[in-house]
Amino acid sequence: MAQSKVEGSSSLRHAFGGVLSVFILLLIGVVAFSIRLFSVIKYESVIHEFDPYFNYRVTQFLSKNGIYEFWNWFDDRTWYPLGRVIGGTVYPGLTLTAGTMWKLANSLNIPLSVETVCVFTAPIFSAFAAWATYLLTKEVKGPGAGITAAAILAMVPSYISRSVAGSYDNEAVAIFALIFTFYLYIKTLNTGSLFYATLNSLAYFYMVCSWGGYTFIINLIPMHVLLCIVTGRYSSRLYIAYAPLVVLGTLLAALVPVVGFNAVMTSEHFGSFLVFIIIHVVALVYYIKGILTPRLFKVATTLVLTVGVAVCAVVVAILIALVASSPTKGWSGRSLSLLDPTYASKYIPIIASVSEHQPPTWPSYFMDINVLAFLVPAGIVACFLPLSDASSFAVLYLVTSVYFSGVMVRLMLVLAPAACIMSGIALSEAFGVLTRSIKFHITKYFECSHTEAPAKSGESTSAESSAPLENMMKSDTTEKSEVVKKEKVSRRKQKKEKELTENAPVKPVSAKKEKRPLVLPLEASIVSVFLLIVLGGLYVLHCVWAAAEAYSAPSIVLTSHSHDGLHVFDDFREAYAWLRHNTEVDDKVASWWDYGYQTTAMANRTVIVDNNTWNNTHIATVGTAMSSPEKAAWEIFNSLDVKYVLVVFGGLVGYPSDDINKFLWMVRIGGGVFPHIKEADYLRDGQYRVDAHATPTMLNCLMYKLSYYRFVETDGKGFDRVRRYEIGKKHFKLTHFEEVFTTHHWMVRIYKLKPQKNRIRGKSRKSKLGTKSTSSKPGGVTRKNPWN
Amino acid sequence: MICFTASAARCSGNESSPEIFCQPVSLSIDSTPTPIDHRSDAMERRLQFTFVLVCLGLLSSTARSDLVISKAERFVDLNSHIVRVLSSLKVENEGPDDVSEVLLAFPDAQAKNLAAIRTFYSDGKKGGSVLPTEPIEPKGMPSDVTYYSITLPKKLGKGKTVSLDVLSVFSHSLKPFPEEITQAESQLVVYTDNMYFTSPYPVKYQSLVFKLPGRVESYTKYPKVELVKSDLRYGPFEMQPAFSYSPVVVHFENNNPFAVANELVREIEISHWGNVRVTEQYTISHGGASLKNGFSRIEYQARPYMRGASSFRILVARLPPRAHSVYYRDEIGNISTSHLWGDSQRTQLEIEPRFPIFGGWKTTFTIGYSLPLHDFLFEADGGKRVLNMTFGCPLDEVLVEKHIVKVVLPEGSKDITVATLFPTKQSEDVKYSHLDIVGRPVVVLEKDNVVPEHNLYFQVYYKFNNISLLSEPMMLIVGLFLLFVACIVYMHTDLAISKTSSSYLEKLQWEEVQATVQQIKKIFDQYLAVHDKLESSLRDLSRNGDVQSCKAARKAADAQFKELAKELKPLLTFLQSCSQASSILPKIEELVTKEKEMQEKEMAKHTTVVDCFEKKLGGKDIESRIASQQQKLASLKQEVESLLDSISEI
Repeated sequence: MAQSKVEGSSSLRHAFGGVLSVFILLLIGVVAFSIRLFSVIKYESVIHEFDPYFNYRVTQFLSKNGIYEFWNWFDDRTWYPLGRVIGGTVYPGLTLTAGTMWKLANSLNIPLSVETVCVFTAPIFSAFAAWATYLLTKEVKGPGAGITAAAILAMVPSYISRSVAGSYDNEAVAIFALIFTFYLYIKTLNTGSLFYATLNSLAYFYMVCSWGGYTFIINLIPMHVLLCIVTGRYSSRLYIAYAPLVVLGTLLAALVPVVGFNAVMTSEHFGSFLVFIIIHVVALVYYIKGILTPRLFKVATTLVLTVGVAVCAVVVAILIALVASSPTKGWSGRSLSLLDPTYASKYIPIIASVSEHQPPTWPSYFMDINVLAFLVPAGIVACFLPLSDASSFAVLYLVTSVYFSGVMVRLMLVLAPAACIMSGIALSEAFGVLTRSIKFHITKYFECSHTEAPAKSGESTSAESSAPLENMMKSDTTEKSEVVKKEKVSRRKQKKEKELTENAPVKPVSAKKEKRPLVLPLEASIVSVFLLIVLGGLYVLHCVWAAAEAYSAPSIVLTSHSHDGLHVFDDFREAYAWLRHNTEVDDKVASWWDYGYQTTAMANRTVIVDNNTWNNTHIATVGTAMSSPEKAAWEIFNSLDVKYVLVVFGGLVGYPSDDINKFLWMVRIGGGVFPHIKEADYLRDGQYRVDAHATPTMLNCLMYKLSYYRFVETDGKGFDRVRRYEIGKKHFKLTHFEEVFTTHHWMVRIYKLKPQKNRIRGKSRKSKLGTKSTSSKPGGVTRKNPWN
Repeated sequence: MICFTASAARCSGNESSPEIFCQPVSLSIDSTPTPIDHRSDAMERRLQFTFVLVCLGLLSSTARSDLVISKAERFVDLNSHIVRVLSSLKVENEGPDDVSEVLLAFPDAQAKNLAAIRTFYSDGKKGGSVLPTEPIEPKGMPSDVTYYSITLPKKLGKGKTVSLDVLSVFSHSLKPFPEEITQAESQLVVYTDNMYFTSPYPVKYQSLVFKLPGRVESYTKYPKVELVKSDLRYGPFEMQPAFSYSPVVVHFENNNPFAVANELVREIEISHWGNVRVTEQYTISHGGASLKNGFSRIEYQARPYMRGASSFRILVARLPPRAHSVYYRDEIGNISTSHLWGDSQRTQLEIEPRFPIFGGWKTTFTIGYSLPLHDFLFEADGGKRVLNMTFGCPLDEVLVEKHIVKVVLPEGSKDITVATLFPTKQSEDVKYSHLDIVGRPVVVLEKDNVVPEHNLYFQVYYKFNNISLLSEPMMLIVGLFLLFVACIVYMHTDLAISKTSSSYLEKLQWEEVQATVQQIKKIFDQYLAVHDKLESSLRDLSRNGDVQSCKAARKAADAQFKELAKELKPLLTFLQSCSQASSILPKIEELVTKEKEMQEKEMAKHTTVVDCFEKKLGGKDIESRIASQQQKLASLKQEVESLLDSISEI
């Protein structure tokens, strides 16, 4: 009777555990979703920042016109007069995902707007990413670690920063795709099932659709395969995990228009093909080894080696020659700046000008992954006990992503899942050890209460004996527990140690062979568990704070807390709404490229340049216009058919990321293409300033004038609250531009190009700048433009 | 027969006050007889800023009836951009026959802009009542005049008089002049009217008063005129024949908001769960003089006297009481500049568009709110339900050029009829929302030129069965239920295509192995239970010293151990034969050896203790003897348990 009860309870316990973990995972999904809703609650359900507006616009187009129109979409609202082929230059994963979700909802007659779907795509996919992390970590180190890692990933600030509701960017779905691809790879590696291998290449395809970061996968997995081969861990499972991925994955990747033949032609992918060859050679060697006798095998090796080395040398030489013949060695600029962090700042100012392409600072590590930074080393140690294929992959993933995150802030995002997996493993192992020892003590205690003294001595000795082992194993947990433990333990330890060696000579041997129960003292483990819980609590607090305060601002709406409550700065949308309703539908608006996506999406007006910085010359033209004097700028803009110029100005309210602060980049980028713009002309003694000491070139350039036009009339002095000084040139008039709109807090100012003055008979206009006239359009009017 | 004297008034001069003069021109009359469809034409005329006034002089008496208007007093309210003319008439029947209807006449140019007309009849003591006023086209009358007929409540006998108050509301009647102004200037408009009351009947006594909002630039100074503060009085005039005409033009300052909604779509969605949701989509523009030379924020903010007097910044919406869940947004997100007040009488929403609206500027936005159902939905006769809502736009003094009201009834509503107090264009539509299958019937009402006077109640009658409310929740329940059933079915069916394939067989074998492992685990659990029994027997011994029973317990345990070993054997041999079990086998074998060792130790300990008891040794002695055994046993037990755990994890 009693026994059957025990059996029943154990199977019940298993079922209960299953249900409990499903329930926990569900809750983790809910947490991952809801922690990202701060932006909706604190602000509103709106698309954030810059790139998401483009994605939103593409999704709108997709939902309105269907998939085929989408592939063929030539967008004439941007990069005027060049236009942009959207269908072939965009990663379609995010758009298609959101479009499908929208279509599904609408086919069920659930009336969701495209905007709503777009806003909530990122939180939904964060929940998916948390579940994918569970699966991946479960493959690496068991379900306990999986659940811990999933819980940690659900709220890691680094990932939250890119996936709050409204942050409708590629990364939102790409991180899920990344983790899921890794999971399927590990799953294939663990099972050797072709089914999972196929799924893996499909997941890889989804990743290629979603984000340019897919190159990370296609380089990391070959690295791991190579690592396995080198360490003698080759198996047929490894072959199944890798070979189909390369073949199917490359074929599928080439289907995505934006990748196309790059999937076989650029250097980012060469590593995978090289490893593909190597794994076949290794497979062949293993096969031959199996059918030949050792002696014959030796002969064959020498034969193959001599021929093989010769052939390899030739192939490698050809490859190197091919690669070396292209100027960038076949690498794209962004990838090159990954390999050589100083590359971008030297050669491509456009890449360097983006703040998220800068290397991170130490505080940003603490901000973005918080306590995980300290748990990660423990996780690595745990991964080596014992080292499996899966755990070696986790370690490799971590190490490479740490490097990449050190190069670009933006790639902190790739580090986050790795850090979460490692910390999940570390925490789960630590909890495992600690709770096991508590359990051990408690069962002992109950037994002791019956049999009194004899057991007690046994207990203490066994606990002591395992303590040193434990120290080695859990570097992180014991560091804390040791402090507590040492005072009590160390004195007795010396005495007992002798006994130990006499009493149990068998023990150390058995302990080393098999994972034996590692037991810590009761007090130490209780304190450690308590400390770990406190640590986790701190992490949660930090994450909630980061989600609520640091990463929720949509950046198109700003708020400030003043003594009389919350103040909202909604100037951007004010300006965009004005443009949308009160200008002609085909008017062209020039602004710095940061505002291109927003202008096309929110104001529905044609822009000259936008955040897809594909044409450096075009951006340089706008940069040159902004840094030229009024008349020259007017001519450039007029030749581009521009009717309105939009500048962002923060001087009145102290909004620091305005155009004056970005102006040096305009000069640099403009000067990179048009050498008559020299950075030195805008700097006084190497210092960038717009006060009385500024250079005349600076004070006469268009950007200065458009920003500070009639600014002095606000307070009589012209005090700039961002730069914290009075501006250099206070009273001036515009001759070629007229102010048509300025927003409530002056953050956006829109100017209109004045029409050309009528020619006055008898007075020929003096061409001061010596411009040469060229016809920019066949049959069009002759325009004066020095830049073509 | 009919004698036309047409004249046109033209204003000229930019800075100085325009001179107004009359000049006879040949008349051209558009053939647009309906009083509603006139918008584009009116716009064009405004643009040209040359308006042709139809002057109808003497008309030979038609002897249609012998009515005479003994007194006509007109008050023209020019404060807002919607012009309201209140005419108090005393109509007298001088003919022999009883008369049941009175005709009102408007020149076509004015009739085009007529948005609403209403006649109040005050019967001395009794309160007023509204008389039906319909457009007609009587025969034998001048055709460039639009007529409305008022049906009197009772026939007017000979020599009797009746008092009527006619309120006519005109849109698009104030023409900005000049048409373009800068931000600093204030807006001047021109209003043109007939100095005499246009009527098919002779008027014995009449007067005209204009109520002006501010400064007057210029006005027609002939023949009798008086300017008192903001009132401009013409008349009184006596004994004017029918269709008398003389133009009067007023040019004055009007900076009140010229808010025009080019289009308003009001969607009223009824949910029988207790909610009425109203969504209003506005396209608002400024109908006054358009802005030239751009907009300067510094002037708007810093100099109150030049802050753009002609623009408007705030609109006020008066919503029904108990309105909740109010939102205000446009296509790019929420607009944060709005205020909401509410008491039991009404809810007031003050909204500020994203930017101040200057002449010619435009913006769009959406207001939405929810209302409690029981305030608006009532039971009607014949099992019908009736929705009683206001028709017009809740914004103050806004002219709606194209007004569309959509009433979305719940899915499954039938027999829909609509009752309105004024003519509207009706059509039907279907809307799909929230898991609908057949869709919700939508009643669409369209009307042009809606002014605040149209803010009247209208009724929608329909039949609805409450059972249909449950259809959507039931659908969800059934859907989820089917999902779970599908999951259960999937888990319990064998979906393998080939029952002979090696992987399938392997899977089967693997399941068998797992079952065996479970059995083995059970056996080991029993082993542990026997160990526990032995331990407890020892404890009993230390308490009561009953050696015999302790020995018996040992014997029983021994027998049990043997029995269990017997049970274990076939299972082990099966595992050894299985190729799939190779990964678990070493663990299980280790488990068996550990268990054996443990049994031996346990027995040894047991015998030592029992022996000691037989020898009557002290407790401390016993302890010291079995201490090492005890320790080993504990560690063995720990190992066995951890092995069991690791096995069960498979």
